[in-house]
This record gives sequence, structure tokens and C-alpha cells, in this order.
Amino acid sequence: MSWSLNLSDWWTLAWHFLSLSLLTVGSGALTIAPQIHNFLVDEQQWLSNAQFTTSITIAQAAPGPNMLYIALVGWNVGMATDSWPVASVAMATALIAVVLPSAIVTLAGTRWAHRNRNLRAVRSFKFGMAPITTALLIATGWLLMAPYNQLGRDWRLWLVAAVTAALVWRTRIHLLWLLAAGALLGVLGLI
Amino acid sequence: MPTLEVNNKGAQYDCRPNSRRELFICFTWIALQGFGGAAPVAQRELVEKKRWLSPQGFLEDWTVAQIMPGPNVVNLSLILGDRHFGISGAIAALAGMTILPLLLILVVAVAYNEYAHYDLVERTLKGMGAVAAGLIIGTGFKLLSSLKSNPIGFPASFILIVVTFVAIALFRWPLLWVLLATGIPSFIWASTRLARRERVERT
Repeated sequence: MSWSLNLSDWWTLAWHFLSLSLLTVGSGALTIAPQIHNFLVDEQQWLSNAQFTTSITIAQAAPGPNMLYIALVGWNVGMATDSWPVASVAMATALIAVVLPSAIVTLAGTRWAHRNRNLRAVRSFKFGMAPITTALLIATGWLLMAPYNQLGRDWRLWLVAAVTAALVWRTRIHLLWLLAAGALLGVLGLI
Repeated sequence: MPTLEVNNKGAQYDCRPNSRRELFICFTWIALQGFGGAAPVAQRELVEKKRWLSPQGFLEDWTVAQIMPGPNVVNLSLILGDRHFGISGAIAALAGMTILPLLLILVVAVAYNEYAHYDLVERTLKGMGAVAAGLIIGTGFKLLSSLKSNPIGFPASFILIVVTFVAIALFRWPLLWVLLATGIPSFIWASTRLARRERVERT
């Protein structure tokens, strides 16, 4: 699949990510993954299904925010032209387009809330949402473990997660040591 | 430029970044340590090491970062950068979150295409995945303690946490509906509690 991007293709790419930006509320950029898949893989056929899935896997495995999978997706779209410069520009286009609208809304919203931080409504919002945010964190961790649902087979993974949670909660051990330990246990085939 | 909001009266957490460069470096470091969720690292770096935020302040900013559109840790970088240095600070912090991790991820993408079929890679990722889940859960527990000073009180907090967790983690209900169903009653309750406290303080 070799082709070149014309001007309207660039605009289509940028517009798609601009329009999805504000939908990334809550759990982050993965909420819009299904829409991106529909558009790039099914409609435009700029990307294979495997390329799309791999982009998400890599972004989750590598350090850095998960939203970087969008940069990888842009990179892969550009790489179809077999040109690194085009791929770089496509990557930057996708990333900037998906970040810009939400960043503007976030900054405007937090500045407003900061100016009005003494309003009872703003304080009530922050106090009222705090326990919910805490629960969302715990639920996110739980959902990451949810695929391992056969206790007979997966109890060691759950044990690792539980011990990690306790260590983070109660000690100041460096997080990278814990990740390294998890990687090592995986390499040794112990979990 | 907005002044620094000191959330903790103990003044133990009133440090602030000295420069945009410091913001850039700090958020680069947070991003590079953030496997599968940056909340644990962000809490460690911003509260426990840099002391730019108190535990309550972190929870407040994290809440806002999560409610606003955009990935939560990206929003947190924007909020903190903007608070200390305005728009240029926000850009510096955001650049820290993205530039180096982006280069790294391209390297990983190339390497992954070479080695993905190895069983070893899969096992390594599985081990790190379990740890990443534990990190996020542990950070959630850590933040529980900062709810003590929350005026909504322990029983309400407890109910909200259980209901939210069950709805999201066990029933897998859509986030937006869960947020509306728990957030609105919680907002009203917090508002009445604050109003009552203000009345008591006036008399």
C-alpha cells in the first residue's frame, strides 16, 4: 500500500483528531480508540488492524502517557508513504490535533475554577468529587487485572498486584524497582 | 499570573518549581516512570519529593485533571505548569510529558516489530502489567488518607467509594453515567455541609 497524502488527506487526518479531542473525558485517550479504529482502519483504510492494535499495546507497555498511541497511529499512517519526514509530520499532526482542543478547555476551566475557588459551588465540586476520583483509581487498577479471572491459574499475578499495592501504600520504595521485579518474575516464568 | 495556592496550612508543601526547565525535567521524569498509569509516579514526585503539592492539593488537582477532557496526567502537567508560569509553563510541562517518551516509544515500536513473537517479551509484559495494576491500586489507598479532612465526612465518602468502585469495576457501567449518578448527589451533599459549616462559623 503505497500512496501519498494530498492536502485534503492531511486536513481529514487533522480534523478527525481535532473533533475527537474533547471526547477524551475521564479515563483518558483510550476512550476514543474505537472511533479512531473505525475511521482509520475501516473507512479510510490508512492502517491495518494489526498496526492499530500494536500501536495501543506498545503505548501501554512503554513509559509515558497512553495517549502516545495516537502519535504512533499517526506515524504508521505517514509511514505508508515510506518516508520518515512524512511520518514525522503525520505523527505531530495527529498528536497536536488531539491535544490542542482539550488543552485549551482544561486551561480555561481550571483558570476559571481557580479565580472562583472561594465560591461554594467550586469547593463543593472539589470536595464532592474527591472520594469518587479515589475510587476510580482503585477501579482502574482492578480493571487492568480483570482479564486474569481464573484464580487457579492466575493467583500469582493477583498476589503480585496485591503485594505491590501494599508496598506503594505503606512504603516509599522506588516504583521502578517494583516494575523491574515484576519484569523479572515474568522472565523467570514465576507468574 | 495566578499565585500559588497553599492547600496545606502546615506550610510543609509550599515548594514551587524555580523555572520552566525544572517543570520540563520533572514531568519528563514522571512520564518516563509512568508505566500503565502515571498517578503513582505523579503523586510520588509532586507530593513526596518536590513538595509542590500537599496530599489534599494533589487529590484536588487530580480530580480536576480527571474531569476535564484530555488524558488526566497530561492535564495535571498543564494545570501545574500554568499555575506557576502561565501558558509557557503549561507548554514546558506538556513538552516534558511528551517529547522524550515519544522518541522512546518509536524505538520500542521498531524493537517490538523485531521481537514481538518471542514468548519472553510477552511474559515480561505480563509481570510488569500486574505490578502496574498494583501501583495504581496502592496509590488509590494512599489518597484515602487525605479524605479525612474532607467536609463531606466519613460515611458519605465510604458510600461514594464503594458505589463508584462497584459500578465501574464490577458492573462496567459507562463512566459518564456513573460520574453523573455519584457526582451530583455528592456535590449537593458537599454543598449543604459547607453551607452548614459557614452558618456555624458565623454564629
